[in-house]
Amino acid sequence: MRPLLLQGGRVIDPSRGLDQVADVLLQDEKIAAVGPGLGVPDGAEVRNVAGRIVAPGLVDVHVHLREPGNEDEETVASGARAAVAGGFTAVCAMPNTDPVTDNQAAVGFIVRQSGRAGLARVYPIGAVSVGQRGEKLAEFGEMVGAGAVAVSDDGRPVASSHLMRTALEYARTFGIPVANHCEEPSLAAGGVMHEGLVASRLGLKGIPAAAEEIMVARDCLLADLTGGHVHLCHMSTRGSIDLIRRAKERGARVTAEVTPHHLTLTDHACEGYDTHAKMNPPLREAADVAALRAALKDGVIDCIASDHAPHSYDEKEAAFDDAPFGIVGLETAFAVAHTELVLGGVLTVPQLIARMSTEPARVFQLAGGTLAAGAGADVVVLDLAVRWTVDASAFHSKSRNTPFAGRELSGRPTLTVVGGKVVHDLERPATT
Amino acid sequence: MSASLGKDLTGLEHLSPEQIRLILDTAEPFKEVSERPIKKVPALRGKTIVNLFFEASTRTRISFEFAEKRLSADTVNVAATGSSVSKGETLVDTAKNLEAMRIDMVVIRHPSSGVADFLGARIRSNVINAGDGQHEHPTQALLDLLTIRDKHGKIEGLKVCLVGDILHSRVARSNLWGLTKLGAHVGVCGPRTLLPRGIEELGVTVFPRIEEAIEWADVLNILRLQLERMEKGFIPSLREYYRVFGVTPERLERSPHPLTIMHPGPMNRGVEIDSRVADGPHSVILDQVTNGVAVRMAVLYLLAGGRPELADAAKRGVGGGGGGPD
Repeated sequence: MRPLLLQGGRVIDPSRGLDQVADVLLQDEKIAAVGPGLGVPDGAEVRNVAGRIVAPGLVDVHVHLREPGNEDEETVASGARAAVAGGFTAVCAMPNTDPVTDNQAAVGFIVRQSGRAGLARVYPIGAVSVGQRGEKLAEFGEMVGAGAVAVSDDGRPVASSHLMRTALEYARTFGIPVANHCEEPSLAAGGVMHEGLVASRLGLKGIPAAAEEIMVARDCLLADLTGGHVHLCHMSTRGSIDLIRRAKERGARVTAEVTPHHLTLTDHACEGYDTHAKMNPPLREAADVAALRAALKDGVIDCIASDHAPHSYDEKEAAFDDAPFGIVGLETAFAVAHTELVLGGVLTVPQLIARMSTEPARVFQLAGGTLAAGAGADVVVLDLAVRWTVDASAFHSKSRNTPFAGRELSGRPTLTVVGGKVVHDLERPATT
Repeated sequence: MSASLGKDLTGLEHLSPEQIRLILDTAEPFKEVSERPIKKVPALRGKTIVNLFFEASTRTRISFEFAEKRLSADTVNVAATGSSVSKGETLVDTAKNLEAMRIDMVVIRHPSSGVADFLGARIRSNVINAGDGQHEHPTQALLDLLTIRDKHGKIEGLKVCLVGDILHSRVARSNLWGLTKLGAHVGVCGPRTLLPRGIEELGVTVFPRIEEAIEWADVLNILRLQLERMEKGFIPSLREYYRVFGVTPERLERSPHPLTIMHPGPMNRGVEIDSRVADGPHSVILDQVTNGVAVRMAVLYLLAGGRPELADAAKRGVGGGGGGPD
């Protein structure tokens, strides 16, 4: 592989607090050097990226890639393609596949499919319980041996407090987080959107904020009890933020993520029964959005994750009650976050990159999230000036279920490099 | 110029007061048609209407069917059971197939909220919502409004209290919009488990006790309490519901003035309403049923492009009978 020299970009590496115009040299699948005026090694490909951002590749700790089981909606390969188009060099695939990724063979399959695709690194997340049935612990040890980086029953909450406790304790042996979808099932049962005035008007059954908060509170207490690392998926309520803040203050091993859509949309998006606004947890209220944004800024929430959830056209083209939860997000996550949070004055560009790269890598203890010399050459080039309109039909994902279709957004990855290999390229052709 | 309702009638939330009054005013001349020995006018002759019912209904379906037939439309009833619907055909496919047969209107009832809007956005035919989930049941509210107006001569300024299961009631939601838009004061009364979140924000007065509601109201619209609510734990028992929230003559006696009693039916006598109240002198429950046909005739006529000022002529079968342009 030829060395690749990215010349003259604004290099942002939150792992080292770096933000300066410099060159980045990628060689032998690693980051060889970062600094101003680097020499051009023999045979190197040189790209002038002046005016653009050079950053560690984005990392998404929460995606659904639907393989095996629903390959019409997404595969590991198509999801990895969507990922690199969105600037992600690593994604973590949730185990609610069919069959469930709850054993070493199934985990190994995801790893192999990822290797075949040769795009973003796809790290499997194993199930907490066999079949995600919430009864019996899955074999964490073997799954970690096969490449799993965390465990989760995402899509379903771990309802049993006893199971969650044992999962947190057992996971400590392997140093992995237990990622939980927090929702008290009996309170949420039958709900299709946020419980509030909009749901009352639409005549749709609501999911109260308390359904999430009850389980967030429980999981924080179980983190205290066990010393285990609980990772709280897709936080959506201001009450959850208060609970996480207090847990972190007392030193509990709690981390949390938030999605671009929960940071930018409210339950009003459900008006007109738009099934692309149906997700779980549901879109909440403006006060929740404000609290989530503040929490992301001050670190109570560690990272942004897309919860990329592909669904077929036919499934979403249905009555609101009948449509599945979830939207795709890999190809819009950065631009939505940049447009709303950076241009909206909530985060600086380095802070956003920290929340989408360095921090998620740290939370799941993944390689990446840094431009330190010797690290893997996972790099993204971002053009923040470009304005573009979301055209779902142009997605690399096999699914098009996005509430952002037709939105004009600002900022886009133009070059994605994984292990030194260019896997997504909207830049001008090579200059040498 | 024909004041338009638009293509569909899916709810009252997004109608203007003028549009609601237009429907009520148009219903007036149609009332008389049902009083004739030969109950038929040619206003919708040649129009094809499908009554698409995904949920059991007796009174609403029959009321629509009578309204359609008395306007001379050709009608077909499709029930969810025994049709391709039960063979897994999607809602969209069902509707598109019906449309391919060149129908003019669809009257739809469905257990999921939003389905009438969903359908209306996807087919060219007019769509009339005959009840969608817990969202709206606009023609029921319109007939309630007409009945209140008949009884009191006005709607503006009246105090109307909806009693019972507001949370799961599409009738309550449509009534709330219709009454509010026409200037009535709306109250709701029921156990807190059966009131929707945030209802106070819609300008509604909440009465925790039926006694307080009776003291306040001019009109009580008493909703049906479905047995299923008890099974799902919203209330402990029907017996206690009757004892705490039942509308009885003893409770009504405490009101300084007689209250107009309404119920959209079917009634659970001895649960939400005492028989002596249902059958009492201030009950307009059967007037509601009678008005239902006239209101539905008005809605069908207006959506088919009929000009309101010609409704009188239309019922005589002279001029404007075809209902104007599609």
